Amino acid sequence: MIVEQIMKTELVTVPPTLTITEAREVMRHKGVRHLNVLSREGEFLGIITERDIKEALPSYLSNVPDSPVYHEPITTVLISEPITAHPLDFVEEIALIFYEARIGYLPIVSGGKLVGTVTTNELLDVYIEMTGANEPGSKLEIRVKDVPGVLNEVTAIIAAYKANVLSVLVYADQQDESSKILSIRVQMINPLPIITELRERQFDVLWPNVPGIV
Amino acid sequence: MRNAYFVYSPEQLGYKFSDSHPFNHKRLTLTMDLLKSVGALAEDDIIPARMATDEELLLAHDATYIDVVKKAGHGQLSPAQCENYGIGTEDTPIFKNMHEASALLVGGTLTAVDCVMEGKSRHAINLGGGLHHGFRGRASGFCIYNDSSVAIKYLQQKYNARVLYVDTDAHHGDGVQWSFYDDPNVCTLSIHETGRYLFPGTGAVTERGNGDGYGTSFNFPIDAFTEDASFLEIYEQSMREIFEHFKPDVVLTQNGADAHYFDPLTHLYGTMNIYQQIPKLAHELAHEYCDGKWIAVGGGGYDIWRVVPRAWSYVWLEMNDLPYPTGAISDEWLNKYQPEAPVQLVPTWEDPLDLYEPIPRTEEIREKNAQMMKKALQIIQKEQS
Repeated sequence: MIVEQIMKTELVTVPPTLTITEAREVMRHKGVRHLNVLSREGEFLGIITERDIKEALPSYLSNVPDSPVYHEPITTVLISEPITAHPLDFVEEIALIFYEARIGYLPIVSGGKLVGTVTTNELLDVYIEMTGANEPGSKLEIRVKDVPGVLNEVTAIIAAYKANVLSVLVYADQQDESSKILSIRVQMINPLPIITELRERQFDVLWPNVPGIV
Repeated sequence: MRNAYFVYSPEQLGYKFSDSHPFNHKRLTLTMDLLKSVGALAEDDIIPARMATDEELLLAHDATYIDVVKKAGHGQLSPAQCENYGIGTEDTPIFKNMHEASALLVGGTLTAVDCVMEGKSRHAINLGGGLHHGFRGRASGFCIYNDSSVAIKYLQQKYNARVLYVDTDAHHGDGVQWSFYDDPNVCTLSIHETGRYLFPGTGAVTERGNGDGYGTSFNFPIDAFTEDASFLEIYEQSMREIFEHFKPDVVLTQNGADAHYFDPLTHLYGTMNIYQQIPKLAHELAHEYCDGKWIAVGGGGYDIWRVVPRAWSYVWLEMNDLPYPTGAISDEWLNKYQPEAPVQLVPTWEDPLDLYEPIPRTEEIREKNAQMMKKALQIIQKEQS
């Protein structure tokens, strides 16, 4: 999956001439925490974050009603060379950028033009969908040997019961380095025949796996 | 006015996937026989189910889907051609006349609705219904047509009623919830085992409705291994608060009986105790808020021998203000069904005291469920303050 498929293309943009107070109003009105600053020619100049505005303004506890800061142009808090990504980047790549750079907002830029944005929340949404959690199904968790062909054996059993697989996740087994945990969502209410067969074939089905019980 | 009607037609037993399929409406026969054995069900209590018309099914289903169900049941489509509609799968195999059988379950619930809304009886029950997983254009989780979704739309259109739907099946009542997710005049309340493992996986506390319907979907996902005390704590408080908050004209309860320890498909540790209390409180609150208007349907329940007949009997007994029988179940009933049953029948109305080994985390699970309930009901408490 590439960034182009998940990025938001309705952009909240402002000119660099805006004051800090005005920028704060736009954020409130639009319900966003980041603004994209574009020149009159449409060139992407950078971003304004709610956090930088908050840091610049006097605390509302300090009671400074007419601080000159309110009327400063936003260029004073502009992040002029933010971290950006390209629409053809892979979603996994930008996930890593979010994680490593500890940022919450990523402008997507192509040919010097801003073409979209992605927030951590939107990225999380993509990952939730990837787990298949938004479609009706039952979850199976199976501890398997970390060797080639195991997934094939498991899915062959599921296929024999004509159940549709909604998602497959493979993750490390914390207890045993030579094993992996398969977490599979199948589109069926009664996975018991599959579980029985997996167990008959010596698979370790962890279901339901409640800590401290069974 | 009489207390209640029992909607049933023998043709409802035609909703049958196969002999070995866990969803088995032999449950209806077992329940009715058990009720007759204590003299609680007479011929004149029973009113036949009617067939839902296509127009009625269209209240909650797509025309193309209805057409697929019809054709599949008449041998005109292969399983591969139906798969996109959730039919012809391991869960919901094709069977002969599946449209007719499914439409009769829906019609049964509509018959129950008419009994109550036309004042023929205060309450009515259609145990053949309760197929809460059915989607607009897709079968899911053993359910082809969603009788409750159709019935609620019907209640709105024909009777202009404000409906509270209460679902105590161990699986989340997803089909009904999504049908009315945007509708502020239908409130759905579902108590179910968390979707971490169990089908359908939805039913989180945070699913509260959308748009105008925000705040009219309530979900109480309880942990695997939840026992009676915790289940009833959630049930009683959520019911009282939501009735008071929503003030329905009529209540429709879905009485899935699969939260019992014996149920093979779920991991809850309920006993017969919850099935005695569930209809009691529904009955009480229906009188307090809805002038008695209470429609009950069946639902899940996959230990059809040891759990469902007793659990469903209580709903009917409660509707008729009959005392719950105690002690031994009649020999006649036990002797009739023991030879067929693959398990030893429970010989008493109550469950044995040593039903299961005590579990180690009772208190933690209770506490976790209580915290979950607080979150789910927050929205009501916020509006009050």
